[in-house]
Amino acid sequence: MANQHLTLSRLRLAFLTGGVVWAALLTYLVHGFGFTWFIALSDGIINSVLLGAACWLINNNLRYFQPGQGSYINILIWCVALAGACTLGCRWILPYVNSNSVYTNFVVQSLTIRFFTDFLAVGWMAMISMIWYSQLDQKENEKRKAEAEKLARDAELYNLRQQLQPHFLFNSLNSINALIGFKPDEARKMIHQLSDFLRGTLKKDDQQQVTLTEEMAHLQLYLDIEKVRFGHRLMTEISFDKKCQDCILPPMILQPIVENAIKFGLYDTTDSVTVSLRAELEDNYLTLMIQNPYDPKTARPRKGTGFGLSGVQRRLNLLFARNDLIETHANDNIFTTIIKIPQI
Amino acid sequence: MKRALVIDDEPLARMVVLEYLQDFKDEIEVLGECNDGFEGLKAIQQHQPDLIFLDVQMPKINGFEMLELVETSPSVIFTTAFDEYAIKAFETHAIDYLMKPFSKDRFNKAVEKFLAQTPAQAAKQTETLLESASQSPAQHERIVVKTGTKVKIIPVADVEYLEADDDYVSVHTKEGSFLKNKTMAFFEQMLDPTQFVRVHRSYIIKIQDITRIDPYEKDAHLAILKSGAKIPVSKTGYAKLKQVLGI
Repeated sequence: MANQHLTLSRLRLAFLTGGVVWAALLTYLVHGFGFTWFIALSDGIINSVLLGAACWLINNNLRYFQPGQGSYINILIWCVALAGACTLGCRWILPYVNSNSVYTNFVVQSLTIRFFTDFLAVGWMAMISMIWYSQLDQKENEKRKAEAEKLARDAELYNLRQQLQPHFLFNSLNSINALIGFKPDEARKMIHQLSDFLRGTLKKDDQQQVTLTEEMAHLQLYLDIEKVRFGHRLMTEISFDKKCQDCILPPMILQPIVENAIKFGLYDTTDSVTVSLRAELEDNYLTLMIQNPYDPKTARPRKGTGFGLSGVQRRLNLLFARNDLIETHANDNIFTTIIKIPQI
Repeated sequence: MKRALVIDDEPLARMVVLEYLQDFKDEIEVLGECNDGFEGLKAIQQHQPDLIFLDVQMPKINGFEMLELVETSPSVIFTTAFDEYAIKAFETHAIDYLMKPFSKDRFNKAVEKFLAQTPAQAAKQTETLLESASQSPAQHERIVVKTGTKVKIIPVADVEYLEADDDYVSVHTKEGSFLKNKTMAFFEQMLDPTQFVRVHRSYIIKIQDITRIDPYEKDAHLAILKSGAKIPVSKTGYAKLKQVLGI
């Protein structure tokens, strides 16, 4: 808003300067016709004041009313009318100020040229105003649009983060139900892990990135729960370079991918499964590689399980405006997902 | 004394069922636990239990697919966190379904329902259950068949054509053909109608695999597939084919 005030006062200053310059030019011109400086000056001032009033009127008019496509003719009529009013004003006021007959004669003879110059000046003003105000309008619109987009994006990001598989939750609760009977301590431990994990998924804000160490701690909670569920069938291998520890990444980006890998791996074989995760720092990108075994012969099309990946892709796209940060490969019975997080 | 099996890939989930079953010690004997559909299949064949507790989401083949392969199915109580519409289809056909985590009261109700059933009722129910199992949405992507003692999973994409063979349907793929104890009408309904067309009383072919269609005798045609197989196309089949292809 302050900015707008500034531009508005600057506009007024420009307007005033224009008026003064106009008056000076006119005075000089009329003086050139052989009239005294007094007559020339009064002619210049009166003419400029009238023209200024007309310009102010049309400008004000356009400020509150943007002409539609069909109403340009109205503006033209307005310009003609205002120019006419200015000319008529000169015709009656100027002889009244200086009752010199030669001068009166000059005024009457110069009416046509005065009318056209006034018309051009008013028209020019109208055009400038129209462009100026429509531009202001457009800027306002863009701002509003950007704000709306930001809101929608935040909401979408929020939703994407919330897409926790209810399956996971219900099955975990079922495991706790089993443990309560014969291993109450473990049941209690699992409740704490589950609570910590859920709390972690709730509080995180996408704009605030987390370090890899924090993200890993959160992921570990998830893995611990899954290991209780699947017992010895699930194994994990996590390795990362020391220098990656402080790398930053959006919160909860790893969990859906690992969840996908576990599901894909575990439901595609009856043997035990090793899901591996490796982090590296490469050319200012944190590169995360998640691998799980799979059976290309019987794997279902990844329709049902694909949410995790498409959700992550969408999030990366919203956060970094890039589509090339996630890739998947499938070969030699190993499915690999690689994500790259730009480090600033 | 009834005999029961517990089939679930999560050990703790099986534990809950076993624990709850303690209350029915005098009525139900637990034959064992199975980790997945393959083990389940083997155990059912071997022990012929009266009742199974069956999880839906399991490795390799899911609970529905396992049921499809069983010849004489026992009564089924589904135990699942599978909360989607799929389970609704079985609501009326299974004895009951338990949503994990379930309470002991809920479990007892399900088991009591099973115990109250007459054998005739149970047999009828099982039959309809098997029918609807094969219509679960999971089945649109692949066909599970048994070859001897082995289970074979055929992705629908690998199917070339299907041929009626007495009470069976022969599923032809690049790797050979496999028999499945189903009707042509069943497959016609199950497979994607934009990809598979029943061109003849005894044949369903994959549109993608057609290389050409030749006229053959009067009113009939012959479709030549990529594999070289020649499939008769009846008059109505030809009309259907033209409609799907948009010609």
